[in-house]
Amino acid sequence: MTKTLSKDEALFQFLLRLGDNTLVLGHRVSEWCGHSPVLEEDIALANTALDMIGQTQFWLGLAGEVEGKGKTADNLAFLRDVWDFRNLLLVEQPNGDFGQTMMRQFLFDAWHSIMLGRLLKSSDQRVADIAEKASKEVAYHLERSADTVVGLGDGTEESHAKMQAALDLLWPYVGEMFVGDEVDAEMVKADIAPDPASLRDEYDALVGRILADATLTVPDSKFAHKGGKTGTRHSEHLGHILTQMQWLQRAYPGATW
Amino acid sequence: MSKPSLKQVWEWLDAVPDPEIPVISLVDLGIIRDVDWQEDTLCVTVTPTYSGCPATSIINLDIETALRDHGVEKLELKRQLSPAWTTDWLTDKGREKLEKYGIAPPQPAGGPKRCPRCGGTDLEKISQFGSTPCKAHWRCRACAEPFDYFKCI
Repeated sequence: MTKTLSKDEALFQFLLRLGDNTLVLGHRVSEWCGHSPVLEEDIALANTALDMIGQTQFWLGLAGEVEGKGKTADNLAFLRDVWDFRNLLLVEQPNGDFGQTMMRQFLFDAWHSIMLGRLLKSSDQRVADIAEKASKEVAYHLERSADTVVGLGDGTEESHAKMQAALDLLWPYVGEMFVGDEVDAEMVKADIAPDPASLRDEYDALVGRILADATLTVPDSKFAHKGGKTGTRHSEHLGHILTQMQWLQRAYPGATW
Repeated sequence: MSKPSLKQVWEWLDAVPDPEIPVISLVDLGIIRDVDWQEDTLCVTVTPTYSGCPATSIINLDIETALRDHGVEKLELKRQLSPAWTTDWLTDKGREKLEKYGIAPPQPAGGPKRCPRCGGTDLEKISQFGSTPCKAHWRCRACAEPFDYFKCI
Protein backbone atom coordinates (compact mmCIF):
# COMPACT_ATOMS: atom_id res chain seq x y z
CA MET A 1 0.00 0.00 0.00
CA THR A 2 1.52 3.27 -1.02
CA LYS A 3 -0.28 6.52 -1.31
CA THR A 4 1.21 9.74 -2.48
CA LEU A 5 1.64 12.31 0.24
CA SER A 6 1.15 15.99 -0.41
CA LYS A 7 3.90 18.27 0.87
CA ASP A 8 1.76 19.46 3.79
CA GLU A 9 0.73 15.93 4.74
CA ALA A 10 4.37 14.92 4.79
CA LEU A 11 5.34 18.06 6.72
CA PHE A 12 2.63 17.29 9.29
CA GLN A 13 4.06 13.79 9.79
CA PHE A 14 7.60 15.15 9.96
CA LEU A 15 6.60 17.69 12.63
CA LEU A 16 4.82 14.99 14.63
CA ARG A 17 8.04 13.00 14.61
CA LEU A 18 10.05 15.90 16.00
CA GLY A 19 7.39 16.87 18.53
CA ASP A 20 6.65 13.31 19.65
CA ASN A 21 10.35 12.61 20.22
CA THR A 22 10.66 15.55 22.60
CA LEU A 23 7.24 14.92 24.17
CA VAL A 24 7.82 11.26 24.97
CA LEU A 25 11.43 11.71 26.07
CA GLY A 26 10.48 14.83 28.04
CA HIS A 27 7.82 12.80 29.84
CA ARG A 28 10.21 9.91 30.46
CA VAL A 29 12.90 12.17 31.88
CA SER A 30 10.37 13.97 34.07
CA GLU A 31 9.65 10.62 35.74
CA TRP A 32 12.96 11.15 37.55
CA CYS A 33 11.73 14.28 39.29
CA GLY A 34 12.26 13.68 43.00
CA HIS A 35 14.00 10.31 42.44
CA SER A 36 17.50 11.15 41.19
CA PRO A 37 20.65 9.97 42.94
CA VAL A 38 21.59 13.52 44.00
CA LEU A 39 19.78 16.85 44.10
CA GLU A 40 21.87 18.48 41.35
CA GLU A 41 21.06 15.66 38.92
CA ASP A 42 17.40 15.82 39.87
CA ILE A 43 17.31 19.50 38.98
CA ALA A 44 19.30 18.95 35.79
CA LEU A 45 16.98 16.18 34.62
CA ALA A 46 13.88 18.24 35.40
CA ASN A 47 15.32 21.20 33.48
CA THR A 48 16.17 19.01 30.50
CA ALA A 49 12.64 17.59 30.53
CA LEU A 50 11.25 21.12 30.68
CA ASP A 51 13.26 22.20 27.63
CA MET A 52 11.99 19.20 25.69
CA ILE A 53 8.35 19.79 26.65
CA GLY A 54 8.79 23.43 25.62
CA GLN A 55 10.19 22.37 22.24
CA THR A 56 7.23 20.01 21.91
CA GLN A 57 4.85 22.95 22.21
CA PHE A 58 6.54 24.60 19.24
CA TRP A 59 6.71 21.47 17.05
CA LEU A 60 3.22 20.20 17.78
CA GLY A 61 1.83 23.75 17.64
CA LEU A 62 3.21 24.08 14.14
CA ALA A 63 2.00 20.57 13.26
CA GLY A 64 -1.54 21.57 14.21
CA GLU A 65 -1.23 24.71 12.10
CA VAL A 66 0.05 22.75 9.08
CA GLU A 67 -2.67 20.13 9.43
CA GLY A 68 -5.26 22.90 9.36
CA LYS A 69 -7.93 21.15 11.41
CA GLY A 70 -7.80 23.56 14.31
CA LYS A 71 -5.83 21.29 16.63
CA THR A 72 -3.57 22.75 19.30
CA ALA A 73 -0.33 21.25 20.61
CA ASP A 74 -2.31 20.07 23.65
CA ASN A 75 -4.92 18.35 21.48
CA LEU A 76 -2.19 16.48 19.63
CA ALA A 77 -0.31 15.54 22.79
CA PHE A 78 -3.25 14.40 24.86
CA LEU A 79 -5.84 13.09 22.44
CA ARG A 80 -3.95 10.80 20.09
CA ASP A 81 -3.53 7.10 20.70
CA VAL A 82 -0.41 4.95 20.48
CA TRP A 83 -0.61 4.24 16.74
CA ASP A 84 -0.77 7.96 15.95
CA PHE A 85 2.52 8.70 17.73
CA ARG A 86 5.61 9.12 15.55
CA ASN A 87 8.48 9.12 18.05
CA LEU A 88 11.58 6.94 17.78
CA LEU A 89 11.43 3.69 19.75
CA LEU A 90 14.54 4.79 21.65
CA VAL A 91 12.80 7.61 23.52
CA GLU A 92 9.94 5.46 24.83
CA GLN A 93 12.30 2.91 26.39
CA PRO A 94 12.10 2.74 30.20
CA ASN A 95 14.46 4.81 32.32
CA GLY A 96 16.22 1.85 33.91
CA ASP A 97 18.93 3.05 36.27
CA PHE A 98 20.43 6.54 36.16
CA GLY A 99 23.22 5.41 33.83
CA GLN A 100 20.75 3.88 31.39
CA THR A 101 18.74 7.11 31.38
CA MET A 102 21.86 9.13 30.63
CA MET A 103 22.98 6.73 27.89
CA ARG A 104 19.54 7.02 26.24
CA GLN A 105 19.77 10.81 26.58
CA PHE A 106 23.23 10.90 25.04
CA LEU A 107 22.30 8.68 22.09
CA PHE A 108 19.30 10.94 21.45
CA ASP A 109 21.04 14.29 22.11
CA ALA A 110 23.80 13.45 19.63
CA TRP A 111 21.24 12.81 16.87
CA HIS A 112 19.03 15.72 17.97
CA SER A 113 21.88 18.26 17.86
CA ILE A 114 22.96 17.16 14.38
CA MET A 115 19.37 17.13 13.08
CA LEU A 116 18.58 20.59 14.49
CA GLY A 117 21.82 21.90 13.01
CA ARG A 118 20.66 20.81 9.56
CA LEU A 119 17.16 22.20 10.11
CA LEU A 120 18.64 25.68 10.63
CA LYS A 121 18.87 25.75 6.82
CA SER A 122 15.33 24.49 6.26
CA SER A 123 13.46 26.13 3.39
CA ASP A 124 10.51 26.43 5.77
CA GLN A 125 11.25 29.47 7.93
CA ARG A 126 8.97 28.27 10.74
CA VAL A 127 10.96 25.04 11.02
CA ALA A 128 14.28 26.92 10.91
CA ASP A 129 13.12 29.31 13.66
CA ILE A 130 12.18 26.50 16.06
CA ALA A 131 15.43 24.66 15.26
CA GLU A 132 17.40 27.83 16.02
CA LYS A 133 15.75 28.13 19.43
CA ALA A 134 15.96 24.43 20.29
CA SER A 135 19.54 23.89 19.13
CA LYS A 136 20.89 26.30 21.76
CA GLU A 137 19.20 24.29 24.50
CA VAL A 138 20.21 20.95 23.05
CA ALA A 139 23.86 22.03 23.00
CA TYR A 140 23.66 22.09 26.82
CA HIS A 141 21.82 18.75 26.93
CA LEU A 142 24.51 17.11 24.81
CA GLU A 143 27.36 18.61 26.81
CA ARG A 144 25.88 17.26 30.02
CA SER A 145 24.85 13.81 28.78
CA ALA A 146 28.21 13.28 27.04
CA ASP A 147 30.12 14.35 30.19
CA THR A 148 28.04 11.98 32.30
CA VAL A 149 28.50 9.06 29.91
CA VAL A 150 32.27 9.62 30.01
CA GLY A 151 32.29 10.07 33.79
CA LEU A 152 30.35 6.89 34.46
CA GLY A 153 31.83 4.81 31.62
CA ASP A 154 35.38 5.69 32.61
CA GLY A 155 34.47 5.47 36.28
CA THR A 156 34.44 2.57 38.69
CA GLU A 157 34.28 -1.06 37.64
CA GLU A 158 30.61 -1.12 38.59
CA SER A 159 29.63 2.12 36.80
CA HIS A 160 31.57 1.00 33.71
CA ALA A 161 29.73 -2.35 33.64
CA LYS A 162 26.36 -0.62 34.00
CA MET A 163 27.11 1.84 31.18
CA GLN A 164 28.28 -0.93 28.85
CA ALA A 165 25.10 -2.88 29.63
CA ALA A 166 23.02 0.25 28.90
CA LEU A 167 24.81 0.78 25.59
CA ASP A 168 24.33 -2.88 24.58
CA LEU A 169 20.64 -2.63 25.46
CA LEU A 170 19.96 0.67 23.67
CA TRP A 171 22.23 0.44 20.62
CA PRO A 172 19.67 -1.55 18.56
CA TYR A 173 17.36 1.49 18.82
CA VAL A 174 19.87 3.85 17.21
CA GLY A 175 19.50 2.60 13.64
CA GLU A 176 15.90 3.83 13.34
CA MET A 177 17.10 7.44 13.40
CA PHE A 178 18.68 7.01 9.98
CA VAL A 179 15.97 5.08 8.14
CA GLY A 180 14.12 7.20 5.60
CA ASP A 181 10.65 6.74 4.12
CA GLU A 182 8.24 8.60 1.84
CA VAL A 183 7.77 11.36 4.42
CA ASP A 184 11.50 12.00 4.50
CA ALA A 185 11.73 11.84 0.70
CA GLU A 186 9.08 14.55 0.45
CA MET A 187 10.95 16.70 3.02
CA VAL A 188 14.19 16.33 1.08
CA LYS A 189 12.41 17.24 -2.17
CA ALA A 190 10.98 20.40 -0.59
CA ASP A 191 14.37 21.23 0.99
CA ILE A 192 12.71 21.27 4.41
CA ALA A 193 14.80 18.56 6.07
CA PRO A 194 17.81 16.35 5.30
CA ASP A 195 17.78 12.71 4.28
CA PRO A 196 18.03 10.88 7.64
CA ALA A 197 20.77 8.59 6.27
CA SER A 198 22.97 11.63 5.59
CA LEU A 199 23.32 12.21 9.36
CA ARG A 200 24.87 8.82 10.05
CA ASP A 201 28.56 9.59 9.44
CA GLU A 202 28.55 12.67 11.64
CA TYR A 203 26.63 10.75 14.31
CA ASP A 204 28.98 7.79 14.28
CA ALA A 205 31.99 10.10 14.53
CA LEU A 206 30.56 12.07 17.46
CA VAL A 207 29.21 9.07 19.35
CA GLY A 208 32.33 7.02 18.61
CA ARG A 209 34.58 9.72 20.05
CA ILE A 210 32.57 10.10 23.28
CA LEU A 211 32.14 6.35 23.79
CA ALA A 212 35.86 5.82 23.26
CA ASP A 213 36.55 8.48 25.93
CA ALA A 214 34.09 6.58 28.11
CA THR A 215 36.10 3.35 27.51
CA LEU A 216 32.93 1.70 26.20
CA THR A 217 32.69 -0.67 23.25
CA VAL A 218 30.18 0.06 20.49
CA PRO A 219 28.33 -3.19 19.69
CA ASP A 220 29.19 -4.75 16.33
CA SER A 221 25.62 -5.38 15.28
CA LYS A 222 23.85 -2.89 13.02
CA PHE A 223 20.48 -4.55 13.75
CA ALA A 224 17.83 -1.88 14.20
CA HIS A 225 14.40 -2.07 15.78
CA LYS A 226 11.99 -0.06 13.64
CA GLY A 227 8.37 1.08 13.72
CA GLY A 228 8.33 4.08 16.07
CA LYS A 229 8.70 6.95 13.63
CA THR A 230 6.21 5.35 11.25
CA GLY A 231 3.87 4.44 14.12
CA THR A 232 3.45 0.89 12.84
CA ARG A 233 5.13 -0.94 15.72
CA HIS A 234 5.63 0.94 18.96
CA SER A 235 6.95 -1.02 21.92
CA GLU A 236 4.55 -1.92 24.73
CA HIS A 237 6.01 0.92 26.81
CA LEU A 238 4.37 3.77 24.91
CA GLY A 239 0.84 2.79 25.88
CA HIS A 240 1.81 2.89 29.55
CA ILE A 241 3.33 6.35 29.15
CA LEU A 242 0.19 7.64 27.47
CA THR A 243 -2.04 6.15 30.15
CA GLN A 244 -0.24 8.26 32.70
CA MET A 245 0.21 11.34 30.51
CA GLN A 246 -3.29 11.51 29.05
CA TRP A 247 -5.59 10.28 31.80
CA LEU A 248 -6.71 13.73 32.92
CA GLN A 249 -7.76 14.91 29.45
CA ARG A 250 -9.36 11.52 28.80
CA ALA A 251 -11.27 11.50 32.09
CA TYR A 252 -12.19 15.21 32.05
CA PRO A 253 -12.18 16.27 28.38
CA GLY A 254 -11.29 19.92 27.87
CA ALA A 255 -10.19 20.47 31.48
CA THR A 256 -8.02 23.58 31.91
CA TRP A 257 -6.05 25.13 34.75
CA MET B 1 -6.71 58.49 26.11
CA SER B 2 -4.04 59.75 23.76
CA LYS B 3 -1.46 57.28 22.57
CA PRO B 4 1.47 57.12 24.99
CA SER B 5 4.83 57.50 23.29
CA LEU B 6 6.91 54.41 22.62
CA LYS B 7 9.57 55.76 24.98
CA GLN B 8 6.92 55.91 27.68
CA VAL B 9 5.85 52.31 26.96
CA TRP B 10 9.46 51.10 27.18
CA GLU B 11 9.75 52.85 30.56
CA TRP B 12 6.61 51.12 31.78
CA LEU B 13 7.92 47.76 30.62
CA ASP B 14 11.24 48.46 32.32
CA ALA B 15 9.29 48.58 35.58
CA VAL B 16 7.83 45.08 35.11
CA PRO B 17 9.98 42.63 37.08
CA ASP B 18 11.02 39.24 35.78
CA PRO B 19 8.84 36.78 37.73
CA GLU B 20 11.75 34.43 38.53
CA ILE B 21 14.45 37.05 39.21
CA PRO B 22 12.48 40.09 40.37
CA VAL B 23 15.51 42.37 40.70
CA ILE B 24 15.74 42.72 36.93
CA SER B 25 13.06 43.95 34.56
CA LEU B 26 11.74 42.32 31.41
CA VAL B 27 13.61 45.00 29.45
CA ASP B 28 16.85 44.17 31.34
CA LEU B 29 16.35 40.54 30.41
CA GLY B 30 16.25 41.51 26.73
CA ILE B 31 13.10 39.60 25.88
CA ILE B 32 11.04 42.60 24.73
CA ARG B 33 12.08 42.70 21.09
CA ASP B 34 9.82 45.43 19.78
CA VAL B 35 7.11 47.87 20.76
CA ASP B 36 5.07 49.51 18.06
CA TRP B 37 1.73 51.16 17.42
CA GLN B 38 -0.30 49.55 14.64
CA GLU B 39 -2.99 52.21 14.25
CA ASP B 40 -4.57 52.25 17.72
CA THR B 41 -3.28 48.84 18.81
CA LEU B 42 -0.06 48.56 20.80
CA CYS B 43 1.98 45.58 19.59
CA VAL B 44 4.59 44.15 21.95
CA THR B 45 6.91 41.49 20.54
CA VAL B 46 8.29 39.08 23.12
CA THR B 47 10.79 36.26 22.69
CA PRO B 48 10.97 33.36 25.16
CA THR B 49 14.18 32.79 27.13
CA TYR B 50 13.98 28.98 27.08
CA SER B 51 11.39 26.94 25.16
CA GLY B 52 10.03 25.38 28.32
CA CYS B 53 10.42 28.33 30.66
CA PRO B 54 7.34 28.14 32.89
CA ALA B 55 7.57 31.90 33.43
CA THR B 56 6.66 32.64 29.79
CA SER B 57 2.91 32.72 30.31
CA ILE B 58 3.30 34.70 33.56
CA ILE B 59 5.51 37.20 31.72
CA ASN B 60 2.84 37.74 29.08
CA LEU B 61 0.22 38.17 31.77
CA ASP B 62 2.43 40.67 33.65
CA ILE B 63 3.03 42.72 30.48
CA GLU B 64 -0.66 42.81 29.77
CA THR B 65 -1.57 43.75 33.36
CA ALA B 66 1.04 46.51 33.52
CA LEU B 67 0.06 48.11 30.23
CA ARG B 68 -3.67 47.88 30.97
CA ASP B 69 -3.04 49.53 34.36
CA HIS B 70 -1.45 52.40 32.43
CA GLY B 71 -4.61 52.71 30.36
CA VAL B 72 -3.61 50.84 27.19
CA GLU B 73 -6.83 49.34 25.88
CA LYS B 74 -5.92 47.68 22.59
CA LEU B 75 -2.95 45.43 23.04
CA GLU B 76 -1.44 42.62 21.03
CA LEU B 77 1.37 40.35 22.23
CA LYS B 78 3.42 38.67 19.52
CA ARG B 79 5.78 35.74 20.00
CA GLN B 80 9.04 35.85 18.07
CA LEU B 81 11.39 32.86 18.02
CA SER B 82 14.08 34.10 15.66
CA PRO B 83 16.60 35.54 16.29
CA ALA B 84 16.67 33.28 19.34
CA TRP B 85 17.13 34.97 22.70
CA THR B 86 20.73 35.36 23.79
CA THR B 87 22.20 36.50 27.10
CA ASP B 88 24.07 39.14 25.05
CA TRP B 89 20.80 41.06 25.21
CA LEU B 90 20.93 41.45 28.98
CA THR B 91 21.41 45.14 29.75
CA ASP B 92 24.47 46.37 31.69
CA LYS B 93 22.14 47.62 34.39
CA GLY B 94 20.59 44.14 34.51
CA ARG B 95 24.00 42.47 34.82
CA GLU B 96 24.95 44.68 37.76
CA LYS B 97 21.67 43.97 39.51
CA LEU B 98 22.05 40.24 38.98
CA GLU B 99 25.47 40.22 40.61
CA LYS B 100 24.27 42.31 43.55
CA TYR B 101 21.39 39.85 43.98
CA GLY B 102 23.84 36.92 44.18
CA ILE B 103 23.63 35.58 40.63
CA ALA B 104 26.85 35.74 38.63
CA PRO B 105 26.10 37.38 35.25
CA PRO B 106 26.88 35.50 32.00
CA GLN B 107 30.41 35.72 30.59
CA PRO B 108 31.63 34.99 27.07
CA ALA B 109 34.17 32.57 28.58
CA GLY B 110 31.27 30.30 29.57
CA GLY B 111 31.73 30.48 33.34
CA PRO B 112 31.39 33.10 36.08
CA LYS B 113 34.16 35.70 36.43
CA ARG B 114 33.98 35.89 40.22
CA CYS B 115 31.92 34.80 43.18
CA PRO B 116 28.97 37.20 43.55
CA ARG B 117 29.30 37.00 47.35
CA CYS B 118 33.00 37.40 48.13
CA GLY B 119 34.53 38.20 44.76
CA GLY B 120 36.72 35.07 44.89
CA THR B 121 37.96 33.67 41.59
CA ASP B 122 38.71 30.07 42.61
CA LEU B 123 35.43 28.59 41.36
CA GLU B 124 34.07 25.17 40.42
CA LYS B 125 31.00 24.06 38.50
CA ILE B 126 28.61 21.82 40.43
CA SER B 127 25.98 21.30 37.76
CA GLN B 128 25.18 22.52 34.26
CA PHE B 129 21.64 23.27 35.49
CA GLY B 130 20.65 25.36 38.49
CA SER B 131 17.37 26.40 40.05
CA THR B 132 15.94 27.39 36.63
CA PRO B 133 16.89 26.37 33.05
CA CYS B 134 18.71 29.69 32.55
CA LYS B 135 21.11 29.13 35.43
CA ALA B 136 23.97 26.76 36.26
CA HIS B 137 25.11 25.84 39.75
CA TRP B 138 28.62 26.86 40.84
CA ARG B 139 30.58 27.03 44.07
CA CYS B 140 33.27 29.39 45.33
CA ARG B 141 36.22 27.60 46.93
CA ALA B 142 37.26 30.76 48.79
CA CYS B 143 34.06 31.31 50.78
CA ALA B 144 32.69 27.78 50.17
CA GLU B 145 29.28 29.19 49.21
CA PRO B 146 27.30 27.80 46.27
CA PHE B 147 25.81 30.34 43.85
CA ASP B 148 23.79 30.57 40.66
CA TYR B 149 25.47 31.52 37.39
CA PHE B 150 23.34 32.92 34.59
CA LYS B 151 24.33 30.70 31.64
CA CYS B 152 25.53 32.10 28.36
CA ILE B 153 23.20 31.11 25.60
